[in-house]
Amino acid sequence: MITALAIHNLSIQRGDRTLFSQFSLEMKAGEAVALTGRNGSGKTSLLRAVAGLLRPAAGEVRFGEVEAEEARARGLHLVGHLDGLKTGRTVWEELLFQTRWTGGTDAAAAAALETLDIVRLKDLEVRRLSAGQRRRLALARLVAAPRPLWLLDEPMAPLDAEQRRRFGVLMEQHLAGGGMILAAVHDPLPLPARGAEVGA
Amino acid sequence: MSPLTALFGRELSLSWGRGGGPLPALAFYAGVTTMLPLAVGPEPERLASVAPGMAWLALALAALLSLERLFERDFEDGALDLLSLGPVPLELVCAVKCLAQWIAIGLPLALAAPIAALALGAPTALAPLIALCAALGALAFAFAGGMGAALALGSRRGGLLIAVIVLPLFAPPVIFGGGALTAGGGAGLLLLAAWTAAAVALSPLAMAAAVRNALD
Repeated sequence: MITALAIHNLSIQRGDRTLFSQFSLEMKAGEAVALTGRNGSGKTSLLRAVAGLLRPAAGEVRFGEVEAEEARARGLHLVGHLDGLKTGRTVWEELLFQTRWTGGTDAAAAAALETLDIVRLKDLEVRRLSAGQRRRLALARLVAAPRPLWLLDEPMAPLDAEQRRRFGVLMEQHLAGGGMILAAVHDPLPLPARGAEVGA
Repeated sequence: MSPLTALFGRELSLSWGRGGGPLPALAFYAGVTTMLPLAVGPEPERLASVAPGMAWLALALAALLSLERLFERDFEDGALDLLSLGPVPLELVCAVKCLAQWIAIGLPLALAAPIAALALGAPTALAPLIALCAALGALAFAFAGGMGAALALGSRRGGLLIAVIVLPLFAPPVIFGGGALTAGGGAGLLLLAAWTAAAVALSPLAMAAAVRNALD
C-alpha cells in the first residue's frame, strides 16, 4: 500500500521544449494536492510522469517504501481527458472491465454505479452518454477498485454543481481512508487541499 | 475474474466486433480468390497448380487488413494508458491482443483457406494441410503484424506503413508455408511452426517497447 509520494527535482521536456524543471513535491497518506498552472504548463505531463507513462528528462518519483513498478501496477489510478472508454460497448461492460483490470470485484463495480449515480445508464452504449455522464463512468473505477493514489486531470470539468458536490464527498472519503489525491485543476477542489504551481 | 481473463474477454469482443470483425477480411479473401482465374486464365490444370500458393498468399494479405486497429484505437482513446497501469506486464497485454486478433480474424481465415484452394481446383487431400498451415501462419501474421501495428502508432496513414513494415516479416512464413504445400508437409511445415513459435515468443517484447515509446 502506498502511503507517500515524493517527486524530486522533476524536469519534463517535450521535443526540445522544457515544460518545467526542478519540480518537487511531497505527499503523505490522507493528503490532497491541487496542481495549478496555465494551459500548457505541463500539469498533464506531470501526472503522466508520476504514472510512469512519460519519461522525465531528469528527477525521480518515489512511492514511499513501495517499488515504482509495483505502485504503478496496483497502487494508482489515472483519470485523464482521454478516458479509454469504447464507444460501442455498454456502460456496464466498460465499468466491469475497468474494475476487474484494476483489481476490483464485480460487486464493487455494481456499487460504484450507485455511487456515481449512473445506474440508469447501465445498459446504454458509451456513445449515447453526455460529457458529464461519461466522466462519471470514467470516475467510477476509482471507487470500484480501491487504489490509494488518485491522479486526476481536470476531473470535474464536465460535471454539474450537484455532481461536483457528490464527487467532493467521494474524494473526502478517500482521503479519510488514508488515500492520496493529486489533481490538476483550474477551479479549486471542493475540499481542503494544498496547492502546487506547475511551470512557474 | 482475474485481470488477464477480463482483458482477454474484452480484446476478443473488440476484435470480433470492431469494423465487422472477420467479415471484411473474409470478403477480401473471397474477392482475391475469385479474381485469380480472371488474371491467370480459367484452364483447370494451370489454376490447380497455383491454387494452394495463391490461397496462401491471399491469406497473408487478408491478415494485414485489420491490423491497423489493433493498437490505434486504444492509443487514440486513451485505453492504452489504462492497460499500461494494470497488474499485467505490457508485454503480456500485447500478446493477449494478438491472440484475440488471431482467434477473431486468423482462425476464420484459416477455415476459409481450404475452401478457397479447393474452389480453385487444389486436390481435396490437401485441404487439412492447407487449413493447418493457414492456422499456424495466421498466428505468425497476427504477432509479427502486431509488431508493425505498434511501431506505426501515432503516424498518419498507419495502415500503409504497417504493410511496409510487416511484409518482409511475412516473407519467411509465406516461403515455408508455400514449401509445405508443395511438398505435402515435411520440413516446410516444421519451419513454419518454428517461425510462428519465434514470432509469438519475441514480438511481444518489441510491441511493448513500441507502445511505451508511443505513449511517452
